Amino acid sequence: MNINNSGWKPELAANDSNGDAGVATFTGNRALMLDEPLIFEIGSNATTGVDFAACDARHDLGALARTAPINLPGLSEPETVRHYTRLSRQNYGIDLGVFPLGSCTMKHNPRLNEKIARMKGFGDVHPLAPIPTIQGALAVIHELAEWLKALTGMPAIAMSPKAGAHGELCGILCIRAALEARGETARTVMLVPESAHGTNPATAAFAGFSIESIPATAQGRVDVAALEARLGPDVAGVMITNPNTCGLFERDLKRIADNVHAAGGYVYCDGANFNAIVGRVRPGDLGIDAMHINLHKTFSTPHGGGGPGAGPVVLSEALAPFAPLPVVETQGDDYVLIEEENAAESHPQAFGRMAAFQGQMGMFTRALAYILSHGADGLCQVSGDAVLNANYVLRSLEDTLDAPFAHSGPCMHEALFTDVGFAEGFSTLDVAKGLIDEGFHPMTVYFPLVVHGAMLVEPTETESKAGLDQFIGALRSVAERAKAGYPTLKSAPHFAPRARLDETQAARKPVLVHPLISAAGKRITSP
Amino acid sequence: MRYLPLTDTDRAEMLATIGAPSIDALFAEVPAEARLDGLIAGLAHHQSEMAVERHFSHLARRNMAAAHHPFFLGCGAYKHHIPASVDHLIQRGEFLTAYTPYQPEIAQGTLQVLFEFQTQVARLFGCAVANASMYDGSTACWEAISMAARITRRKSVLLSAGLHPHYVSVAQTMARFTGDVVESAVPDLAGSDWADLAARVGPETSAVVVQYPDIFGQVEDMEALASACQAAGALLIAVVTEPVALGAIKSPGEMGADIVVGEGQSLGVGLQFGGPYVGLFACREKFVRQMPGRLCGQTVDASGKRGFVLTLSTREQHIRREKATSNICTNAGLCALAFSIHMTLLGEAGLRQLALVNHTKARRAAARLTQINGVALATPSFFNEFTLSLPVEARPVVRALAERQVLGGVSLGRLYPGINALENGLVVAVTEVVSDDDVEALATALEGVLA
Repeated sequence: MNINNSGWKPELAANDSNGDAGVATFTGNRALMLDEPLIFEIGSNATTGVDFAACDARHDLGALARTAPINLPGLSEPETVRHYTRLSRQNYGIDLGVFPLGSCTMKHNPRLNEKIARMKGFGDVHPLAPIPTIQGALAVIHELAEWLKALTGMPAIAMSPKAGAHGELCGILCIRAALEARGETARTVMLVPESAHGTNPATAAFAGFSIESIPATAQGRVDVAALEARLGPDVAGVMITNPNTCGLFERDLKRIADNVHAAGGYVYCDGANFNAIVGRVRPGDLGIDAMHINLHKTFSTPHGGGGPGAGPVVLSEALAPFAPLPVVETQGDDYVLIEEENAAESHPQAFGRMAAFQGQMGMFTRALAYILSHGADGLCQVSGDAVLNANYVLRSLEDTLDAPFAHSGPCMHEALFTDVGFAEGFSTLDVAKGLIDEGFHPMTVYFPLVVHGAMLVEPTETESKAGLDQFIGALRSVAERAKAGYPTLKSAPHFAPRARLDETQAARKPVLVHPLISAAGKRITSP
Repeated sequence: MRYLPLTDTDRAEMLATIGAPSIDALFAEVPAEARLDGLIAGLAHHQSEMAVERHFSHLARRNMAAAHHPFFLGCGAYKHHIPASVDHLIQRGEFLTAYTPYQPEIAQGTLQVLFEFQTQVARLFGCAVANASMYDGSTACWEAISMAARITRRKSVLLSAGLHPHYVSVAQTMARFTGDVVESAVPDLAGSDWADLAARVGPETSAVVVQYPDIFGQVEDMEALASACQAAGALLIAVVTEPVALGAIKSPGEMGADIVVGEGQSLGVGLQFGGPYVGLFACREKFVRQMPGRLCGQTVDASGKRGFVLTLSTREQHIRREKATSNICTNAGLCALAFSIHMTLLGEAGLRQLALVNHTKARRAAARLTQINGVALATPSFFNEFTLSLPVEARPVVRALAERQVLGGVSLGRLYPGINALENGLVVAVTEVVSDDDVEALATALEGVLA
């Protein structure tokens, strides 16, 4: 086995700019930092890490029997454990350190939640099992639904959407269905502030609406005058993120909602930033019609390297009849599942089904465990500490970094800075890569789009003061280097498993799978 | 509160730095009428870890877990044995608590896994490329229909009657809002509609969607249908809800499918009452820029080392906004990891052996169950799941079996309520976890219920 399959030549180390004193190793490894080949380079089709009882039977599949090789290499169990353990060590996670990724709410993931999700009575239950045999599972969905309605002050909820963007789609389809039920098919325009997440316009476009952008004011909030001027008989509604992506509360949301309703439209609220206000503000009191809740943000289910998420949607009385199936309800002491077959009477206007089965049960158990652990009092402290931590970062760094909205008052759960004052040729990306070398995950950069050179810091409530002080010190130092134009910052990171990666090459000639090479050394291509 | 590190001393010091008198004062920007003046009434307060665990233990006992009973349910969600190392590895904090790999220098672990996952899925499905996963099989199926419409610039899709009814329902729901025309039919047990679909595909058809094995467990060659689609300029979309089957039967890609999607739950993920699962999505190379979802690609870093990044993001919502190929933002990262680890442990040899064990056990079970008076096999060619025709309505039988502590299958009445021709159908899945004793327990219970 070749232990250096990455194409990197150890002798190059003598000339590299990584500041590691030119010491080369035979393997290319650096002590605990181990490169790992692909499974296709170390496994074989004949190797397996799973034992089976002897089975000498033959298939009875005729011409459909698979004869050609699949070319799926296997590894023994020890090799498998080592492969993935080594790969894991090339990742940064919340467990490792501060992860202040704005708009993503990277809070601690309690391990109690993992334990509960894996209880046989939840993790090993089939979605189509007879209803009397799944009363506990339906009880979890119902209990979580009740909490989410109470926390948001909304009368109804759809639990099945599988992620935030899927929840957005659910809410927007409810609006579309409500408009159709009213016979108002001329309402084809969805208003979306330019500071919105990209999923908002993508979702509304998918649902058949045309998108019109609403500008932001110099104070970082939705331009209410521009929005109200656009309302009319062709407007289906508006999608507003609150608190918004600049880390600010949309103070005029109630007024906006009243005016949108008066003009015949609906208000979708993007709940991505609910963590800032949970337990202190109920979005339902502000007149919204729908809001998705990212259980993987506010309610601590793990991000898992990019999912799975879960995006239940709370709904107003006006939209509740259109919620998709299935729905969990109580009948006496029993829980029942309302599906296509029994919806005609109680949910005749349900707009349909968004996914197979009942939603992200594994996320429901985790989120409910988190909620029950905190209770109403703990959740209030969650938003309080999240906002406290963000303001602490804001005020600790506003002497070093440009903070465009700091003068107007406190921020919510995230602090926004910009690249104003950086030396020529230095960008927020350089600061992000410099932070990697300092041992932190960078904040969100280049978002929101309404602020040039944005850096969005969301520390969350699960960071200690000591951890934040260290992060603040590091960001201050890196920002000062960006202002002074330190050349080593342009080539950061120097100490990560990889230097900056060539994204242009990746996109120009995409290599999305490992090629199959024939015995004769020829690349085998699939159709 | 155990998850909150700040002490009151910390809070006081931080408020002093900020220059605010209290945490409440930090919410001054929120209009007073929107702020609650106390805790939300009627909600419980915080609880210890022990108390929360006890609450859930109580609820978990009110469910019949597959592991505790003879278990034969399938229809899009299958119980397989998951090696212990899979769950150990996905719980490593560096995987579990990482975010989407937008900073590739410190996310090579996730990215290399996705690259390996894409390769495994592409090879399993017999396709050139695969994406980094979707929410689940049903949403992947709709995304494939949507993609076929973009490619062919046609909006009429034919769904096979053998497609999972929830997948049909999702497609019908979405099509209602996008203006696609979805044609689907209620199935019967007389045989598949693939020949009929091949005859119906025409110049308006964007795609034909078939499930393989289908909802009843039946397997069938799709080459003729693929040719008919190709001749009409339509795409053939194959849906695989039981990927283990592809260790035994030809892949859809081999037989000419243009897009192959599936539910990957069988490997690594577990039943979990329906989610989270992992959608698999593969297609021909020429369609790659029309694909939805995240893609991981190989590249090099500044020092020439091989590395991986998310790529072709100009298809995606965070760049293209309303012009994106899909509004999808996440993939099912951790479930894709579980799938990939399980597949790596199996390898081709293990997957083929696993498939053989499944098929063999299913054949034995079918032979035993059809010895029961009045019980007949409705699916002559199957992998690990088959449909029985009972002498009576199957739905009450399933409940009666559950009362006898046997989870005996999925009744077609549950999936197709109100369709008389299907009400006696019982879909039985038999995987490697089913023992001979389990089959005997089902047979005995079924005999008892039918007696």
